[in-house]
Parts: sequence; structure tokens; C-alpha cells
Amino acid sequence: MVWGVLQFPGSCDERDALHACGLTGEARLIWHEERDLGGVDAIVVPGGFSYGDYLRAGAIARFSPAMEAVAEFAAAGGPVLGICNGFQVLCEADLLPGALLLNENLRFVCRQVDLIDAEGGRLSIPAKHGEGRYWVPEKMLDAIEANGQIAFRYAPGQNPNGSARDIAGVRNEAGNVLGLMPHPEHAVDAMTGSTDGLQVFEAVAGSLV
Amino acid sequence: MTPAGADAGLDGGPSLTPPPFTGAEQAAAYKELGLTDAEYELICEKLGREPNGVELAMFSLLWSEHCAYKHSRKLLGRLPTKGERVVMGPGENAGAVDIGEGYAIAFKVESHNHPSAVEPFQGAATGVGGILRDVFAIGARPIAMLDSLRFGELDSERSRFLLDGAVRGIGHYGNSIGVPTVGGEIYFEEPYEHNCLVNAMCVGIAKQEDMVRAAAAGVGNAVVLMGASTGRDGIGGASVLASAELGDGDEAKRPTVQIGDPFEESKLLECCLELLGKGLLVSLQDLGAAGLTSSAGEMASAGGVGIDIDVARVPLREADMEPFEIMVSESQERMLAVVEPAKVAEVLALCEKWQTGAAEVGAITDNAHVRVLDGEEVVGDMPVEALVDGCPLYDLSPAEPQGWIYGNRTTLATDTAAEETLLALLGSPSVASKRWAFEQYDSVVGSRTARRPETADAAVLAIPEAENAIAISIDGNGRRVACDPYAGTIEAVLECAQNLACAGASPLGLTNCLNFGNPEKPTPAWQLDRAVQGLADACEALQVPVVGGNVSLYNEGPEGPIYPTPVVGMVGELPDPANAAPSVFAREGDAIALLGPFEPSLAGSELAKLRGELDAGLPQPDIATVAAACTTVREAVRSGKLSSAHDVSDGGLACALAESAIGTGIGCRVDVQPLRSRGCSPEEALFGEGSGGFILSGERAVLESLGATLIGEVGGNAIEIAAGDRSLSVELAVAESSWRSLGELLDGAYR
Amino acid sequence: MAKARVLIRPKEGILDPQGKAVERALPALGFEGVEHVRVGRMVELEAEDPARLPELCEKLLANPLIEDFEIESIDGG
Repeated sequence: MVWGVLQFPGSCDERDALHACGLTGEARLIWHEERDLGGVDAIVVPGGFSYGDYLRAGAIARFSPAMEAVAEFAAAGGPVLGICNGFQVLCEADLLPGALLLNENLRFVCRQVDLIDAEGGRLSIPAKHGEGRYWVPEKMLDAIEANGQIAFRYAPGQNPNGSARDIAGVRNEAGNVLGLMPHPEHAVDAMTGSTDGLQVFEAVAGSLV
Repeated sequence: MTPAGADAGLDGGPSLTPPPFTGAEQAAAYKELGLTDAEYELICEKLGREPNGVELAMFSLLWSEHCAYKHSRKLLGRLPTKGERVVMGPGENAGAVDIGEGYAIAFKVESHNHPSAVEPFQGAATGVGGILRDVFAIGARPIAMLDSLRFGELDSERSRFLLDGAVRGIGHYGNSIGVPTVGGEIYFEEPYEHNCLVNAMCVGIAKQEDMVRAAAAGVGNAVVLMGASTGRDGIGGASVLASAELGDGDEAKRPTVQIGDPFEESKLLECCLELLGKGLLVSLQDLGAAGLTSSAGEMASAGGVGIDIDVARVPLREADMEPFEIMVSESQERMLAVVEPAKVAEVLALCEKWQTGAAEVGAITDNAHVRVLDGEEVVGDMPVEALVDGCPLYDLSPAEPQGWIYGNRTTLATDTAAEETLLALLGSPSVASKRWAFEQYDSVVGSRTARRPETADAAVLAIPEAENAIAISIDGNGRRVACDPYAGTIEAVLECAQNLACAGASPLGLTNCLNFGNPEKPTPAWQLDRAVQGLADACEALQVPVVGGNVSLYNEGPEGPIYPTPVVGMVGELPDPANAAPSVFAREGDAIALLGPFEPSLAGSELAKLRGELDAGLPQPDIATVAAACTTVREAVRSGKLSSAHDVSDGGLACALAESAIGTGIGCRVDVQPLRSRGCSPEEALFGEGSGGFILSGERAVLESLGATLIGEVGGNAIEIAAGDRSLSVELAVAESSWRSLGELLDGAYR
Repeated sequence: MAKARVLIRPKEGILDPQGKAVERALPALGFEGVEHVRVGRMVELEAEDPARLPELCEKLLANPLIEDFEIESIDGG
């Protein structure tokens, strides 16, 4: 399979994502001005500070030609994985419900956290963000929970940002778009930490089979 | 570019505006700008006339302490700078060492002290931005940052404000640009209350064939200014601030603080690296203190050529800027490049792709002058030699002070029980865990970080390009240097070497930032002289070359100078990052041993500070025996046979043991009798400091084979140390609570 | 060209830690009796077609899910 990793001015973790994707298939970078996704099988919207996080994190990146193409790709059922800033971009683009707000303690936090996935499995992944507090109006929160759209929660006691109901990652209703604040691409090599992040990429790759 | 008919000779040259003032007013003006009468006369002599306004501004900045190093340059000549692994030495934008497979590791440390004292967030942020540019100016991609910070004690609201701002500023810039901050240190001492220190170190990687020097070359080549537009940031700023002591009314200096934009810099960085990769640039220089003046001047001086800059072609942020403002502006995120005329179009096109500004603003000439033009008009004309190298260098008049000049404050009674003493040390902000700070930094971006902060004694980054890894440490204890500048500086170098050894790394090179008081006064002059000698002797003995560095003087206020603070950054190589030893114990039952010529003393120690017993004098470290211990530890770590390695520093042996225990959640049972047999009192054995101590853990037989002295074993849930009448036992949870108290102290309930 | 100022603030009911931090800091600086601090953003611009400003605000300047906005004309334009 072929992954496409978007690259905006200000993206930071796109090369890390490229490397991680490359462990489950081929991977290439897609420049933000590119309207043609080149027939890739899955899209990663990476972490970083696209456009300096100006105005609001992800607010400008969502209007890029590449993101317009991604919106069409997602509408057609294509798998999209948004990591950190990528999650923020997907929420701004209305491809995922909710918004990411300033961390409750107003500080950037870089810390290894344990996540619980939808099946109850535990993953150790680094989180690093300043605006990762997931918020959605209360009624919508009940709805997405009932729909099984909560993909990851922070393990009890490990919520680093005050996210509603410890939510670390969500899916869209159709299930093909996934966004999470922690960075699975930084958990694919025992030398730099845990390898639990591989599961996230493998799951997306597996969904194509 | 040469206006018709203009002839800029040393005999004066036509059509230049006259000096802005005459007589006493001119004297007042140049004094206001920081020049002495003698310096002004020398400028007039070199020009053959009085300087006009543009020239006066330019000379005053390039002849300031910050740019000209006039009180330190003679001393710096003592430092060893040669080595077979040195690819780039002092004098370039950054130093670099060979790491193998055609790659080099570039690194340098720089200060941004005075701006941070005025506006800590932007001061620290732009300090990070500036050192990043120094590294990518030689063609290296930045891969790591480390920061060495010093503030007053935390019961001062101002110090809490400065600490908070500086940490947020470093995080803001480093995180946004995607360079991990992987290490550093923070100290809190009263002498830094009015003069905080913010030293930023950057490490980068480059293919040696893509590296570039700053020297301008090629008469007729174009000079291109890239990056952000030029505004009034820092006019009369960094250099002037750094050449004067801060006093009351420094609020008025606020308008001159530079504002950083990491997004702008990330675009500039990618653009520069792509330009260099494509071979489109002859040379590259970043714009830092004194902006265009220093970049253009230094590029011309290094290349032995002349340079013309036309201010009318510089992209401006504010429309009505005067030529002198444009030449001295310290707007951030700008680089100056020399480009062959045929390649200029391609350079501009690439800048367009990266959405970064670019403009052709000048040319290289053969007349060895720096000429400032405003369109057709020549508004400044100075010989390069006069401007860049003509500043007189001064000898210091050092005089050793009588005894301890920094005062004492008692916060811990001498008869405090051993347990409470350990808890007080662990909770002392200089010793306590800095997790509150380093969790605000992205330490993993780039996927190279094999050892994150607080997991090993040095940061470790994988270098897959050369199939090996590097370890980095930044160290310096100003208080100990104040006790004895010579011995204390040697200790700083040894501390780095020990930290690298614990990671299994052998040193490749060193960078240093010398933060001192007013060199025109006898005590700081003596401190600087002795510290540089200590640095030179230690580097010579260890065979570690100095590849670059920075000097920050005049860190002094009405209360006196800061502690003399030479900050040392060292980079080493290791074959396999997987073997870099953790600094924390691994398992119950492992033996614990002490290795090295450790002769602890309370002189200059954190305990002496808490007891209010600081005094002049330190034992002299034995470099050779410490170096031998480093070798032993390094080899043992590389063999993968050790469970942990941690050097003994602030707070002594008891604190080192506590840190190794807390980090893993398993206690230890230790007896310090072997140290007492060397003649130490129980107190010295527990809390004494000094070079040469390593705490190793692992299999008993392994430790014995290294010649280490067994002192105990890992186990239990307390830190138990038998030390005669100062024996102690502290529950791990209680020790941890003290050691991790910084966050609560600073953020209280909001952590 | 019509000059306008857009004020963007967090919606009521959303935790605003910046507002809270400011509110908590005020008494120590000698300002008592200040409450309900909310911190937002301000954007100034000049527009040829001020009728399109609400759309511009909804689409880019504010995130309607979490923010409210208010458009003020400057100079009565």
C-alpha cells in the first residue's frame, strides 16, 4: 500500500510520520499546494505547527488545496489519520467532530502517556502539544460515545490536558477518519521509546485489506 | 552598483554626509553609543576624518564588547582549537567535528542574557532562533537544542517570572521549528537575581561536502538578503545592552527587544539548506547582533574583499527607516548570502517557493571597504579592516579578591538531622528534578532521541547517517567557579566528560559561553583570566578542542557581579545508542559501586550554600585520574554490562543515589565506609562534592572487575545510607516528593 | 474601503484557562473585585465588501463551534 503524508509550511513531524508509514508500506510526502493525491491508499495529516498555528491551530492549513483533496478522499471512504496538528486540521475542516483547545494548565506538555483503545488495549505513546484539550458540546459528546467514535482515551490519571472524558482520539461516523493528539509515529522504534505506535499504522493499513 | 563618479578612498571621499554633531555634542553622542574618547580618536584616524551618523552607529556596534570581544579576545587565544576531528573551528558561524561517513556534527552555544532579563519570553526565544541560524548558516540541519539557565532564588517573584518566561520562550521557539530540546540545566543563585543567564546550545548535522563558510568571495558577486523584512527590532539593542551593566530604568530598553517568529525561521531554514544542497551559494552568514553591519562586515573581512550594501533595496517592515537604522536593525530570521550573478534568479525563485523573502541588496567589491548606499548616494564608507578588526583589544587588570565576596544566606541549620538534610538538598531548586521545565519542550521530534531528559547523564541522539550516535552535555556551576575560578572551570569540563562517559561517549569537541561581570573591574577580570586558563588546561589535558563559543560580559549590577559562569557544552560519539547507560537503577539485587578518584569536600557545595558557609577555595581536581576513570566507565558502558551509570555532582553522593533510586522506584542500601577510609567525614561522604565520582550498578563481579569500590545494593523502598553518626534512611516516596517539588512550587495547584 | 474590527471570544460555558489565569493573577497585583475574565482575539481589517464580513468570520477568523464573534465598524465606515 502507499501512504501520502501531507506537508505544510511549519509541519514538524512529517518526516517522522513518513518513516513510520514506511514500516507498513510505501510512503511519500504531499506538498500542501498539491491538489492531486497521486492515488495513495491512505493519508496522514502530520503533527507540527502548520502556518505557525496562526489564528488557530490548523485553521489555515484546512484551506490548502491538498486538504480539499483529502476532504474528497475521506468522503469517498479513504482512510485518513490525523496526528496532533493533523487532528486539529481535521476538526477545523469538519472531517471530525469537536475542537482542540489550550491545555488546561496553559503549558506545552511532552510526556509519555498510556492510552486505552476502543477494545481496551493499552498503548504507550508520547504526547506533545500545547492545544490538545478535546472539546465538543455535551450532547454531541454523548452521541459520539454512543456511536463508538471514541478511538482512544488517556489511561486513568494520565490526561495531560483536561480533555473532555479523557478523550485522546476520535473517529468520524463512517469510521474512516481517525484523529488523535498523541504521536504514534514516535513509538515505532525501541531505541527511541515504545513500539506501540506501530499498531495504529497497522490498523489503518489493515482496514484497506 | 557603484554610483558614477563616487570614489571612496581613505583620504575622505566626496559627498558623504557630515558627522551628526560637532565638538562636545559629538562626544556626548559617541559616549552615549558606548565608545571611549580613545576609541573615537582611533576611528577618526583610520577614516582620515570624523565618522558621519551611519558610520558612527556601525562603529559603535562593531566596536562594542559584544561584537568585538575587546576584553576577552586576547585570553581566548589560550584555548586549544586544533584536533584531527575538527572540520570547522572558532571564527565561523559554528564549529563542527567529523562524525564519519562524510558527515559532520556542528554545534555552538550562545548567550542572550541581557535581552532575557528585560523580556524573558522573547529574549529566550530569539536566543534559540539566533543559535539555530548559526548552525544552519554553515549548512547543518539543526537536530538538537540544550539550554543552560540561571536565575535568582525562587522566593523572588521576579525570578519566578523570568524562569517562567524563559522556559516558555525556549519551548515556543524550539517546539514550533521542530528541533527537539534534549537537555540542559537550571540553577538558582542570588547573584543572578538582577542578571539572569540564558545560554542556548544547538547541535546540527551536515554532509561535509555541503558545508559552507562565511567568507565572502568573488568580486562582482551579488549579496542577497533572505528571510524576514527589516524593522526597528533591537536598534541599539543586543550589542549595547550587552556592553553595559543593567541598572534602574531598563524598562526603557524594552522597545529594543527583538521579537522572534519560529514559523518564519522554519521556512528560512529549509530554503537555506536546499540552496546549499544545490550549490547555489558562495557563502552564507546569519544576521544577529548588529544585523547587516556585522554580517556584511564580517563576511567581507573573512574574505579579504569589500562589500557594498544598498539600503534602498532592503525589504522593510516600516516605510520610513533611516539608513543607519536599516544597517543596525536586529530584526530576526534573516540571512545574508553571496551568490554568483548567474545564479541569483534561481536563488530568488527557491526563496519564493519556501515563501521566504529575498532581495539582491549589494555586491562584493575589490576595494576592501564597507560602503553603505542609499540608491545612488553613498551614505557610509569605511575600510573593512577598521570596522571589523580595528577595534583595540584590551588587557585586563586582574586582582584576586580577598576571600568570599558573594555573601551567605542560611536556610538550613548545621545540626539538622541527616534525613532532613538530604530532603532539603533534594528539594533545593538547583538540585531538584527539572521535569517541570523539560516537559514543556518537545524532546522527541526528529526521531533521533535515544535518551530523553532525566533518563541518562547525557542526551543521546542516533546518527544513522554515520551508523553511530552522539551524546551531548552542557554544564557549569557558577558558585563553585566563584570559590575558585581555575579549579571550578576545570570541574565544569570534567563534569561534561563524566556525563559523556556515562553515555559511553568519547568527547569530540567543546563549545563554551563565558558569562562574567564587568571586565574593567579587577575581580571579574581575575575571574575571567583564571577561568579561561582552567578551560585551556582542561581541554589540553583531555585533548578536546574548543571549536567555538561566546562571551557575555558586564553581567553586573549595583550589588556586584554574577558568579563567574563558564558554561561548557561537549559533544561526544558512541557506537551504539542502545548501550548508553541509564542513570537510574535497573533491578533489585544489583550491586552498587563507586568508581573514580572522588574526594568529596563541602567547599562550594550545595550543602555549604544552604548552611550559609560558602567561602573561597576548592580542592584542585586531578584531571589525569578523572580522565582515566572516564575511560573505564566509557568502555564498561559500551560493553553493555552495566545496569546504570550516574556521575556524582550537585548534592553529593547521597543525592546521586537518591536520583538513581527515585527514577526507577527501587531503593538502595549503601555504606559509605570506603569513602571514610579515604579520610572523609560522614558529612563529606554523604553530601560532599567534587570531580571524579561515578555511581555504577550492575552485577557484582562486573563492578569488581572494573576496579570499582562496592558500597551496597539496589533494593527495598527506602534510601538507606550507613554513614557513622550521620546514617540515614528515607522512604523513597518521601524523597521523591522533595525531589519533584519544583512544579508545585511554581504552578501550585494548576500543575 | 470599510475598516472593521472583529472581536473573537470563547463561547460561554467553555473552560477558558487563559481568562482564569488572568483573573487569579489580578489580586496579587492589587486589583480586587475583577471577575469573569475571558481572553479572546482581535482582528482588524479593511474590506471592500463589508457585507461579506460575517461569512469571512464564520469561515476563517472564528471557529463557530467554540467561539463567538462581533464585528465593529471603525470610523463609521
